[in-house]
Amino acid sequence: MKHIKTLNTRLLQSTVAKGGCGECQTSCQSACKTSCTVANQACENK
Amino acid sequence: MIHKYSMNGLFIVLDVNSGAVHVVDEVVYDVLGCYKELSREETARLFGEKYKPTDIYEAWEEIEQLENRGLLFSEDIYSDIVPVLNKRDPVVKALCLHIAHDCNLKCRYCFAEEGEYHGKRELMSAEVGKKAIDFLISASGKRKNLEIDFFGGEPLMNFDAVKEIVEYARSLEKENGKNFRFTITTNGILLNDDIMDFINKNMHNVVLSIDGRKEVNDRMRPRAGGQGSYDTIVPKFIKLAESRNQTDYYVRGTFTRYNKDFSKDVLHLADLGFRQISVEPVVASESEDYAIAEADLPEIFEEYESLAREMIKRKKEGRDFNFFHFMIDLTGGPCVTKRLVGCGSGTEYLAVTPSGDLFPCHQFAGREEFKMGSVYTGIEKPEIRSAFENCNVYSKPACTRCWARFYCSGGCAANSFNSHGDLISPYEIGCEMQKKRLECALMLKACENAE
Repeated sequence: MKHIKTLNTRLLQSTVAKGGCGECQTSCQSACKTSCTVANQACENK
Repeated sequence: MIHKYSMNGLFIVLDVNSGAVHVVDEVVYDVLGCYKELSREETARLFGEKYKPTDIYEAWEEIEQLENRGLLFSEDIYSDIVPVLNKRDPVVKALCLHIAHDCNLKCRYCFAEEGEYHGKRELMSAEVGKKAIDFLISASGKRKNLEIDFFGGEPLMNFDAVKEIVEYARSLEKENGKNFRFTITTNGILLNDDIMDFINKNMHNVVLSIDGRKEVNDRMRPRAGGQGSYDTIVPKFIKLAESRNQTDYYVRGTFTRYNKDFSKDVLHLADLGFRQISVEPVVASESEDYAIAEADLPEIFEEYESLAREMIKRKKEGRDFNFFHFMIDLTGGPCVTKRLVGCGSGTEYLAVTPSGDLFPCHQFAGREEFKMGSVYTGIEKPEIRSAFENCNVYSKPACTRCWARFYCSGGCAANSFNSHGDLISPYEIGCEMQKKRLECALMLKACENAE
C-alpha cells in the first residue's frame, strides 16, 4: 500500500479459539505491583 | 473503533478490536477522521485545499481494503467469552507470599505502611509458607506453571524461610506435575553474595527497588534513622544485575509528585548500567502531598514522550534498555481472554499474609473486609472471589468506551477501590497515564518497524 503500512501483529480475533489456557505469567508478578500491565505478557500457548 | 494519534512525526492508527497497528500518512490520517461520517466525494471536497482528489481516493481505497480484511473498524466479538470463563472451575495459580510484614526502610509512599499492612510487625513462618505451597498445588487444578512471589515488607529479613519454602516447593514439583516460578522483590539493604547466589539459582525474576537519582531515592526511601539507602543498595544491585547477565530482573522505582521529571531517574538507572528498568507512578490517596494530581498529567505525558525519544536515540547508539511500561508484544502477546480479565487478582492470584490469611492481592492485604480465607481452610468467602471474577473490561462501563481496554484489561482493582471505593470504576489518572504509555509503546514499535 502507498499510504498505509501495517505492523506485523498477531490479531486478537485469531487468539479466541485457543486462548484462555492460563499458563502465562500473572501480570503483577513481573515488575509492576501497582498497575495492570497485561499486553507485554508472553503467551505460553503459541 | 479506532484510535489515531500523532507522535514523534508519525501518524499511528490502532484498530482496537483486532489489535492491528498501522502507520499512515497524513492524508489517511485526515480521511480516517471523517470516514464513517462522510462519503468519499464529501471527504474530497472537505480536504480540497489540502490534498488532490486522487490522493483522497487512493487513501479511501486503502482504508476500505483494510476494513474489509478486518484490520480497521473491526467489530468487538469477545463479549461472549466472559460468561464461558466464569463457568470454569476456579483455579489459583499464583501467590504473593508476604514473607515479612516488617521492613528496614521507611519509604514514605509505602502502601504496606512500612511493612505492617494495617497490622502488626510479623514474619511468615516456614510452616505457613509450606502450607501456602500445599494450598496452591491443590487449588491449581491442571495448571502446570505456578508462581510464587516473595514480597513484603522486606523479604530478606526472613530469608531462611524463603529458602525453606523454595526447597519444599521444588520437592513437590515432579510428583504433582507442576513447575514453580519464583520471584522476589527486595530493597537490597541485606543483599549479600550468598543471597545473590541463592536468588540466581532459584528465582525466575527479581525486582530490585530503587527510585533513581540519589536525591530522589533518598527523599522517599530513607532508612529507619533517616539516612538515605542509595549508597548501600546501588553497588549490590549492579552486581546482582550483572550476575544475571542483565536479564530476568528489574530495577523498579516509584515516581511521585516530587519527581515528575522521572525520565531523568529512568535514564540515571540506565546510565548506571541497568538494562531492565521500571519506574511507575505512585499509588496514593489524593490527600498525600506526593500524590499525582490531574494537573500534573501534561508534564508527565511530556516526560513519557521525551523518554521514548531518548530510548530511540540510545538504541541507535547501541545503548538500549527496556522500560517495563513501554514493553508491548504485538506478535506474541497474550490472548484476548487474558486481556479481558487482566491480572487475576482475587481469582487466579492471591496474597498470603504472614499468618496465612488469603487476600485478593498484595494491595488488599490486611483490609479485613477482603479477607477470603486462609491457607489452612482454603477460600471461605467465595463471594469475594465472585466480586473479583466479575471484574472485566465489559463490566466496567468506562472501559467499554476506551480504546486501551485490551492493553490494561480494565486496570488495577486496588487502584479502583482506592480511588472510588468499588472494583469497577477505573482510577482515571492512572488510565490517562496508561494510555500515554501505550501510545509511546506503539510509537516505539512503529519506529522499529521503519528501520
